[in-house]
Amino acid sequence: MSGGTSPIFGNLDWNVTPYTDLLRDVNSSTIVGAGAASVLVLGGIATLLLFSWMRWWGPLYRNWLTSPDAKKIGIMYIALALVMLARGIIEGFVMRAHQATALGTLAQPEGGLVAPDHFAQLFSTHGTIMIFFVAMPLLIGLINFVLPQQLGARDMAFPVLNQVSLGLTAAGAGLIMISLLVGQFGTGGWTMYPPYTGKIFSPGEGVDYWLWAILISGMGSTLTGMNFAVTIFKERAPGMHFMRMPLFCWTSLCVAIMLIYAMPALTVSSAMLALDRYADFHFFTNDAGGNMMNYANIFWMFGHPEVYILILPAFGVFSEISSTFSGKRLYGYTSLVIASMSIAVISFTVWLHHFFTMGQSAGVNIAFGIATMIIGIPTGVKIYDWMATMWRGRVRITTPIVYLTGFFLLFVIGGLSGIILANPSIDYQVHNSTFLVAHFHNVIIPGVLYGMLAGIHYWFPKAFGFRLSETWGRRTAYLFVGGFVFTFMPLYVLGLMGMPRRSPTFQNPDFMPWMYIAAFGGVLMLCALASLTWTFWTSYRNRAALAVPGGDPWNGSTLEWSTPAPVPEWTFPCIPQVTARNEWGERKRAGDPWQAPAEYTDIEMPANTAHGLLIAIAAFALGFAMVWHIWWLAILSLLAIPGMVALRGMRVIEPTIIPAAEVEQADRRFRQQIASLTPVTRADEETERNRGVPDISEFAG
Amino acid sequence: MSESNLYPGLNLGDTHGEAHDQAETTVFGFWVFLMSDLIIFGILFAAYAAYLNPMGLAGGPGPNDLFDIKSVAIQTAFLLVGGVAYAGVSLGVKYKKGRAKLVAWLFLCAMLGTGFLFFEVKDFLSQASEGGTPQASGWLSAYWALVGLHGVHVFSGIMWILAMIGQIATRGIDDVVKVRLSMLGVFWHFLDLIWVGIFSFVFLVPLA
Repeated sequence: MSGGTSPIFGNLDWNVTPYTDLLRDVNSSTIVGAGAASVLVLGGIATLLLFSWMRWWGPLYRNWLTSPDAKKIGIMYIALALVMLARGIIEGFVMRAHQATALGTLAQPEGGLVAPDHFAQLFSTHGTIMIFFVAMPLLIGLINFVLPQQLGARDMAFPVLNQVSLGLTAAGAGLIMISLLVGQFGTGGWTMYPPYTGKIFSPGEGVDYWLWAILISGMGSTLTGMNFAVTIFKERAPGMHFMRMPLFCWTSLCVAIMLIYAMPALTVSSAMLALDRYADFHFFTNDAGGNMMNYANIFWMFGHPEVYILILPAFGVFSEISSTFSGKRLYGYTSLVIASMSIAVISFTVWLHHFFTMGQSAGVNIAFGIATMIIGIPTGVKIYDWMATMWRGRVRITTPIVYLTGFFLLFVIGGLSGIILANPSIDYQVHNSTFLVAHFHNVIIPGVLYGMLAGIHYWFPKAFGFRLSETWGRRTAYLFVGGFVFTFMPLYVLGLMGMPRRSPTFQNPDFMPWMYIAAFGGVLMLCALASLTWTFWTSYRNRAALAVPGGDPWNGSTLEWSTPAPVPEWTFPCIPQVTARNEWGERKRAGDPWQAPAEYTDIEMPANTAHGLLIAIAAFALGFAMVWHIWWLAILSLLAIPGMVALRGMRVIEPTIIPAAEVEQADRRFRQQIASLTPVTRADEETERNRGVPDISEFAG
Repeated sequence: MSESNLYPGLNLGDTHGEAHDQAETTVFGFWVFLMSDLIIFGILFAAYAAYLNPMGLAGGPGPNDLFDIKSVAIQTAFLLVGGVAYAGVSLGVKYKKGRAKLVAWLFLCAMLGTGFLFFEVKDFLSQASEGGTPQASGWLSAYWALVGLHGVHVFSGIMWILAMIGQIATRGIDDVVKVRLSMLGVFWHFLDLIWVGIFSFVFLVPLA
């Protein structure tokens, strides 16, 4: 960062890596920093070697990176999210470890594992990663994979745009990752409030990394929302009326609408902050008519709908699994639809509760406090609906049900602490304390994380053709439940004792027992992460025993279970005619559900293209160049993106045609296999006898 | 596809078959995109209003010092006539008037858009020379961001028109091009709509 800006390398020089910090001063903080960078470098090298050794580059490029298939795009989103999840959890653990050693004294007020500035980077990246690069790609990935299959659609409405969205999200994630090695990340928390994050108080690249990661990936999320909405409005199978859609599709629709209307606010607030930082504008500065309140206002216009964007897909997953694993029809379908839509609408009217203490009048606070309490009502309706679905059902305690039970117990506590915070006068007492930290982790972990992991477990066989190990799945779930309780329940207590959030140090020894409990919870979270990894690995090794070629391992009732596992590229041999809600369940009730279609036709699929990949590369280059003030590269990549779009527009792009004969052959083989497999009863669902063909006489959903 | 699924508005008509079906999904998607874009403008309008006070002006030059309403009126005329001119493109596609006429109408739209941009940039330059730079105050930051973003949109629209002329020249007026011309039409009129808001709230309100 010394000297002027080079015309070629911008602000980059050899002093930006954490290794230089380590050489300058060896302490626990620089060791942790250099260690994290080394994990990134070694992980990158190991991946390169593995892919070269296994000769995976060709297949990766041909089958995945250039594929416009929503199912594959969904899987790539989830893979990206799981990598980022690993980093997020490890960072969380480092923060817990730090605070467990951070008790200062009057003589030596600062202590702990990492330096205060390093700690600030940790909570900033942790929040940014968990919200934007774990939760968002998890839910967008799951929706991509599941939504077209549930709607009876071939693909998303705009497959190539979908690829571009994935590319933009990955480019943003890449920027966050590279900040481990090159330079520093911002220290303003995941919301990056100015004026602290303005140029005067935060010079350097940190805030810029956040800004460009958010701007680029936010654009991707906006386009995704658009894609989901158009898919749901225009690509439903014939007969799939709105009130016949599975609940997951409904919550996806809510998410889509919210992405369309909420993401622009984030784009605007980030772009304004970028203008302040790069071009000396005065939106949020202390002087010359700037007003940081506008940032908080605009940011949370996005921020509050965002938390419901995160939670609603999980609600969709819980609606599906509570019904399937209880062997019962979903209770209160209509009320769940109304509740989801109510949440989506009301979520736009509560944003001000994120800054009750910033000086607006009591009347304004009360209005938003009441709106906040009202949004608890539809959420409560949903909890009762799921419990009523399970009531007197034949509940199987599979991994998703463990997550659902954990969700019931913990999410309600989180919701109640939210109602407490919704009261402005209480909020004045506990705001900015770890009570708040405990609250939002208490809704996001049991809500979003459990929901998404339950969904991954539930639909995994559809993607890869084999089930995940139930034993390890349940162990992971218990560890995540235990890890959550031990990590975050103490933070409620600490918050009430007066521990401020984001504090690198404290001088009250009474905090220590709770800090140790929370650190132990952090260890459990690490174990849960290891166990999750092991679940995938052990299931992969046992994939022959866990294979479910019949495609319907849980005796489901929605359309995605009618196809083989793994699901073919074209999903349905011919687009299904929908006659009822829970179409697949109705066919089971009517007798033989696996009837071959009367005739097969050629299937048109969008052709593979590197368009999304190239745009992702250009977007990453743009972000990196802007962060480091490498102006020539920024201009080049900024021109490259519309250039590539324009060039693609000039070409006539032919779809790939899959001939009817090929579809017929694959489909007939699937039907023969179904006939040859022995149907499995509910009691044997977890055993090797589950080949994906359920005993339909047991179907009661 | 049944009649009720056809793209509403000035649609392509019965003789366009396939393109008509495609228009339904694609143009609808583009409308959704514009709704998202509209939120961006909406927030910027709100920000402009929030900074339009003595605190936001921060002692810098204000609307009365900077705005030249005659030039703004000329810009409005260019942009709105450009919107009307796009009707030539839409009707040309619908009634198959041929490449030359389409390109001529598109070119006219691009010229009118360029006329708008010329006067807008001229205003920006003269305002900057009078001390009305975006760095001068919060209100000026909001003004430049909002009006500037609209200008960037008009510029993108002109680039899009040129790209469409290129597509008509290379690939002819096929179904995909027809659908894209429908989308471009929606976009071009959207810019007029935003400008009506800017003309009224950004220029007329503070001068009134």
